[in-house]
Amino acid sequence: MTEKPLSSTTGKNTFRVDRQVVLPFRKSVEIAFQSIRVRFFRSLITTMSLVLAVSFLSFASVNTDAANGLLQSGDPAQRQALIRAGHDLAETDQTVGSSPKQRWIVMLSLVVCVVGIVNAQLMAVTERFREIGTMKCLGALDRFIVRLFLLEAFMQGAVGAAAGAVIGALFALGNGMFRFGTLAVTAISWSDVALSVLIAVGTGCLLSVGGALYPALLAARMQPVDAMRAEH
Amino acid sequence: MEEETKKIVRVVDVTKSFRMGKVTVEALKGVDVEIPTGYYISIMGPSGSGKSTLFNMIGGLDKPTTGKVFIEDVDIAQLDAYELAWLRCRKIGYIFQTFNIIQVMTALENVTLPMVFAGMNNDEAVEKGIQLLDLVGLGDRFQHKPFELSGGQQQRVAIARALANDPSIILADEPTGNLDLSTGEEIISLLKRLSRERMVTVISATHDFKMLNVSDQVIWIRDGRIDKVEDRDELSISVGGIDEKA
Ligand SMILES: Nc1ncnc2c1ncn2[C@@H]1O[C@H](COP(=O)(O)OP(=O)(O)O)[C@@H](O)[C@H]1O
Ligand SMILES: [Mg+2]
Repeated sequence: MTEKPLSSTTGKNTFRVDRQVVLPFRKSVEIAFQSIRVRFFRSLITTMSLVLAVSFLSFASVNTDAANGLLQSGDPAQRQALIRAGHDLAETDQTVGSSPKQRWIVMLSLVVCVVGIVNAQLMAVTERFREIGTMKCLGALDRFIVRLFLLEAFMQGAVGAAAGAVIGALFALGNGMFRFGTLAVTAISWSDVALSVLIAVGTGCLLSVGGALYPALLAARMQPVDAMRAEH
Repeated sequence: MEEETKKIVRVVDVTKSFRMGKVTVEALKGVDVEIPTGYYISIMGPSGSGKSTLFNMIGGLDKPTTGKVFIEDVDIAQLDAYELAWLRCRKIGYIFQTFNIIQVMTALENVTLPMVFAGMNNDEAVEKGIQLLDLVGLGDRFQHKPFELSGGQQQRVAIARALANDPSIILADEPTGNLDLSTGEEIISLLKRLSRERMVTVISATHDFKMLNVSDQVIWIRDGRIDKVEDRDELSISVGGIDEKA
């Protein structure tokens, strides 16, 4: 066992430092999706607060849509019923908006939700120190890490927000039927409902991605040594 | 050492200190090392002697406080983030004591990830990944998740992954540190075989005396300084004593 070490074929003249490291978008989506799937239960819990907040938002705006439908049906009894139900309606109002109190509560729930998301994502980053460091050792750029985290947040957000928006809308419709009878759903403008749901979904996605932004940047800025050192 | 042998890594007067509050720990106190291309090198020293710190410097994972590290005559302090990522991706393969397999990915996905970063298309990467896993003796386990693999098997995945982009250097920090005796021996002989077959320079930080038998050169480090550098033939004189310790 005294063989001479072989000299490598890679000599000085063939070594050129390049800058080309890539992570195709499709592959990023694949990795992000897999990350969520593997940690499904945790992802579910992270998304729960978003589902709640978005369903509340959707509930509030579909409620308003239903009220507007009732109002536009032209039935004076409905107008009285709406006022009794707590809507602020002046004699001449042809549309109802959401009350300031309602807007305030919705805003608050969204803020609470973002705080929850940031917190959960920060925990996810600490938990994944080693994974991030390993990826960096394998040649990942900072922006690959950011992209993976944001994609995860977006996918989680999209699913959670969609679920929340639909749940909220259904609740609002059910609530309308219960209080005002079938007119609540027959007089409603379905395009308004669709818009409300879409806005709720969009808001949810935005909040999810927005909440993940700072944790993602934090993760990406980590040096591989620090990540490798973090003991578990 | 002949003059002609190319030096793949040169560490020039490197110091590294860590500041922890008011105390400054000097982990490396002026280290000069030249590593010839194609060698199997062991960096030997007791725990806390600065092996990992040196490993991180050579691997471009951390920057020296003073001094320079050259890889094939390129001063790695001069590289920007993109070039550094490229270096880590294409030039160097890392192996760690704790394996550092990405837990959410299968063995195969772990091995193909560096190839994806290197821009290889998916089919090619998968094919090469399977070949590499075969090479390290895990041909039938490429769909396994890390938690389904033993420590030795995980380290094999890590070795396959380190070879993914045909690096010229493999850096291993205590590759046998978390493995039992016989598994450790298997990993060592695998590293040795691959270094010979694939003409890779292997630099391994370790305090495992089993490494001595396969090393072309041993760099002894003590308290942040190079104690001595022994070539294989010098080593064999003292091997008796080493074998007893091992
Ligand atoms: N990030 C760090 N912060 C503070 N001290 C460190 C850090 N990394 C290493 N050290 C210190 O540097 C010395 C060398 O450590 P290390 O290179 O890990 O040794 P080895 O790998 O040989 O066991 C030790 O005294 C260790 O405590
Ligand atoms: Mg160490």
